[in-house]
Amino acid sequence: MSATPSQLVDQLKGGLDAPICLTWELTYACNLECVHCLSSSGRRDPRELSTDEAKAVLDELHDLQVFYINIGGGEPMIRRDFFELLEYSIGRGIGVKFSTNGAFIDSEKARRLAAMDYLDIQISLDGTDAVTNDAVRGEGSYDTAIRAMEHLRDAGFGEFKISVVVTRHNVDQLDEFKALADSFGAQLRITRLRPSGRGADSWHDLHPTQPQQRQIYEWLLAHGENVLTGDSFFHLNALGEEPLPGLNMCGAGRVVCLIDPIGDVYACPFVIHDEFKAGSVRDAGGFSQVWKHSELFAELREPQSAGACASCGSYDACQGGCMAAKFFVGIPLDGPDPECVGGHGEAAMLAASAAERPRPMMDHSKPVRVGSPTRVPVSISRR
Amino acid sequence: MSLLDRHLELDAQVAVRPEPFGALAYHYGNRKLIFLKHPDVVRVVQALAEHETLADTLAACEIDEARWPSFERALSALTESEMLHERHAVATR
Repeated sequence: MSATPSQLVDQLKGGLDAPICLTWELTYACNLECVHCLSSSGRRDPRELSTDEAKAVLDELHDLQVFYINIGGGEPMIRRDFFELLEYSIGRGIGVKFSTNGAFIDSEKARRLAAMDYLDIQISLDGTDAVTNDAVRGEGSYDTAIRAMEHLRDAGFGEFKISVVVTRHNVDQLDEFKALADSFGAQLRITRLRPSGRGADSWHDLHPTQPQQRQIYEWLLAHGENVLTGDSFFHLNALGEEPLPGLNMCGAGRVVCLIDPIGDVYACPFVIHDEFKAGSVRDAGGFSQVWKHSELFAELREPQSAGACASCGSYDACQGGCMAAKFFVGIPLDGPDPECVGGHGEAAMLAASAAERPRPMMDHSKPVRVGSPTRVPVSISRR
Repeated sequence: MSLLDRHLELDAQVAVRPEPFGALAYHYGNRKLIFLKHPDVVRVVQALAEHETLADTLAACEIDEARWPSFERALSALTESEMLHERHAVATR
């Protein structure tokens, strides 16, 4: 009677009655301008969901028995109704994990957060020193994040999370990230860099090299049970016999989705593009209608073709990798992942002409002003 | 004591959401998510509180005795993740 893991994965691929992992970007407004921002955040969108609209979505998620949501942005704490929505969600039995750069967590807010149940906090940090971190996240952002962690620790919040996007420049710091998390009694979470949002431009210079991919895989095998990954490294499973912990499947539109700040529903947080937009919570029938009946999600829940990867012996292990990563570098969705550990990604990227590469949509980046500090502190070449 | 003789119940912090394959169980306290991979497991778990022991529950749910060992395995995983606990533990708390 107990299904094997592969049977379970097959069932999950067919879609669930409601998402397991729902990300909700509350605002496109952000005090930072990280070069790899998945949602190209910066400026608030005037069409942002109102407090009442957001509460109506939470009511729906309650009815769908969504256990918890991942709140992000932008910087979600910028919203003036942030605590109101947080309390409303938790009051409706929907646990919250929110991602923040920490700029708005002072000692008073930390105490307020520490007093709440069913709340997890993720502080983003992309380097264990200011030079490495600030090159990606902007000047002063390392100190800001560390200060927020100190406030949470001093307020007795308990085990918060430190969330790291692994890049070419911080991959050698994985042990140090773990030690930093341990020193705060925090949990480390590492995720994959994707060429989404502003990452479309920075990915080529920041994504880990092939030898570094193996380094990540081996590091995760050694530490995987204690480190969260959001299941983001399943493309690395082709590197060895032993799979990384997790379901190791693409959950887009099947167990995962994204609600953006203006209520549009996308297949996952990494594909903010019309091609992966399933509908809007503002449409008749709301979120449930989109989740249950959108054409896009129905298609994603059909068995997917292995395409160009069908003849590769590793397909069962890597599942062809990440849909979003392929899409934004111009590789067909049934082609190899750009970071295919078998090396098939390079050729596929070369075959895709730069002109055909889809551009991310919904760019809310702040305009670059003459005389202002350069927005992008690492050298970025458009290819 | 065999799991079959124990007095189990769903932790008050656990929510069970029906799905086509069975159900999802989520523990709000320890944030664990478990897949209940058969509708019969879901029925049994939800009926636990109405019966004295796991064996009584399985019998009441008309589960064939040949399948009991697999239910023991599934439910012991649920006790390890603290989704299920002994009823007495609560009474004496």
